Amino acid sequence: MKKAFPILAVLTAFLLAYAFYQAMFVAPTDALQGDVYRIIFYHVPSAWTAFLLFFINFVASVHYLADAKPSTQRAAKWIAIAVGIVGVIIPYIPQVRGWLQTIGMYPSSAATTALMIPALYFVIGKLFRGQDVDVLAVTCAEVGVVFCTIVLITGPIWARPVWGIWWTWDIRLTTTLVLWLIYVSYLVLRRFSDSSQTPKLAAVLAIFGALDVPLVYFSIWFFRTQHPQPVIGGGGSIDPRMLHVLLINWLAFSCFAFLVCWSRYRLELLQREVEEAESLESLSGASQ
Amino acid sequence: MRSFWSITLATLAKDIRLEWRSKDALNAMLFFSLLVVVIFVFSFDPLAEESRHIVGGLVWIAFLFAAVVALNQTWARELRNQVLDGYRVSPAPGTALFVAKALGNFLLVSLLEALMAPLFVIFYNLRVLGPAWQLVPVALLGTWALVVNGTFFAAMSLRTRSRELMLPLLLFPVSIPAVIAMVAATTSIFTGEDSAHFYIVLLVTYDVVFTTACVGLFDTVLQAE
Repeated sequence: MKKAFPILAVLTAFLLAYAFYQAMFVAPTDALQGDVYRIIFYHVPSAWTAFLLFFINFVASVHYLADAKPSTQRAAKWIAIAVGIVGVIIPYIPQVRGWLQTIGMYPSSAATTALMIPALYFVIGKLFRGQDVDVLAVTCAEVGVVFCTIVLITGPIWARPVWGIWWTWDIRLTTTLVLWLIYVSYLVLRRFSDSSQTPKLAAVLAIFGALDVPLVYFSIWFFRTQHPQPVIGGGGSIDPRMLHVLLINWLAFSCFAFLVCWSRYRLELLQREVEEAESLESLSGASQ
Repeated sequence: MRSFWSITLATLAKDIRLEWRSKDALNAMLFFSLLVVVIFVFSFDPLAEESRHIVGGLVWIAFLFAAVVALNQTWARELRNQVLDGYRVSPAPGTALFVAKALGNFLLVSLLEALMAPLFVIFYNLRVLGPAWQLVPVALLGTWALVVNGTFFAAMSLRTRSRELMLPLLLFPVSIPAVIAMVAATTSIFTGEDSAHFYIVLLVTYDVVFTTACVGLFDTVLQAE
């Protein structure tokens, strides 16, 4: 495993360089926005990565709490399966379908998202056990906040020339900002709480955050939305050449995020080992 | 089920009696929100017609900050003499304690709102142009939204360093949808321009979702030591 890390690092560097070249020189200039639109090749992949990481954090947090007792573990497993089945069926019911179209989503993309919940749940359950789930949750939250910060910085840089304003309290912008705030408070909680129960409290907060995000979305529902429709799975249209570049960038950013998460994960494991060794040492020192 | 409610009521009665004798939290909250009202007067012209559009937000900001004062006190009282530890080892359900604390805070903050509302009317020269009776469900639902999560996060921040600082940092981000709904509903009732219906439904949803989450997860937080 350790040998794979430098190989992946080199690959990611190449991929990022190639994606940069594609984004800056190959992708055609936008007819209306000119070159300024090229920032979406960083904005959109960062957003996807950040949301994916927050999502993994949520699933890992549920895992951590559910794994405490065999009964809740079993219940959570069945709930995850139920969510997957219901989530795949519901978007195709005509009423829901029509409603999804008003917020610019295809039923297939909604169903895929719903299917990701049980998929991630079982993948994480297979790969991570015990405290490792919590390490995964911290890693994803930290790296996710970094990517979300990139989204919140690149967005206004693009908005200023195109919309004429830096910021607007639009539905997507506000939801992203609130998501960022929730995860910053998550990290603050982890920093301020130093008992052995921190993982439990943090996992509880992550679940509260996940419940909060849809409510934020609907509370700004009445506001007119200004943000462009999602480029994939939404009502927006994009030049196929641009889409190609966007997907390359997305791949590069995913690799990059994976790499960063990996090293952060190893760092956190080592840190915990060191802490454990230190506390054992001080215990044995006190007994002498 | 009878024992659940008898424990809840006993804890609630104890808290109310304690608060009635000391009146610490209520006095602090009243004075604090009075200060907020007075200080806000100097940041804009309170008697202008357009101030009607911002008073809804201002009322709730005053109550939100005042509620944090009360919420911080909720659990601190139980730490003295290891009351909370005693509770933890007793067979009483943890959720009964949580419900009692949340109800106690709800009564306290509602009382504060009832006392402060006339002051707002006088200081900001308020006239309600929409259906005024809707302010009652908005106030009750909004207060419960703040208090149920506030009580929960106050219990959570007991386990952290500098817990008084921690509570608003945890509570405010999660409360954002509730605050949006409360403020928008109050403003639309004051101005009478829009229907507050959507926001009341949103508040009900928020209350149901987070009450369920709090009750479901409270034992985890209580036993975390």
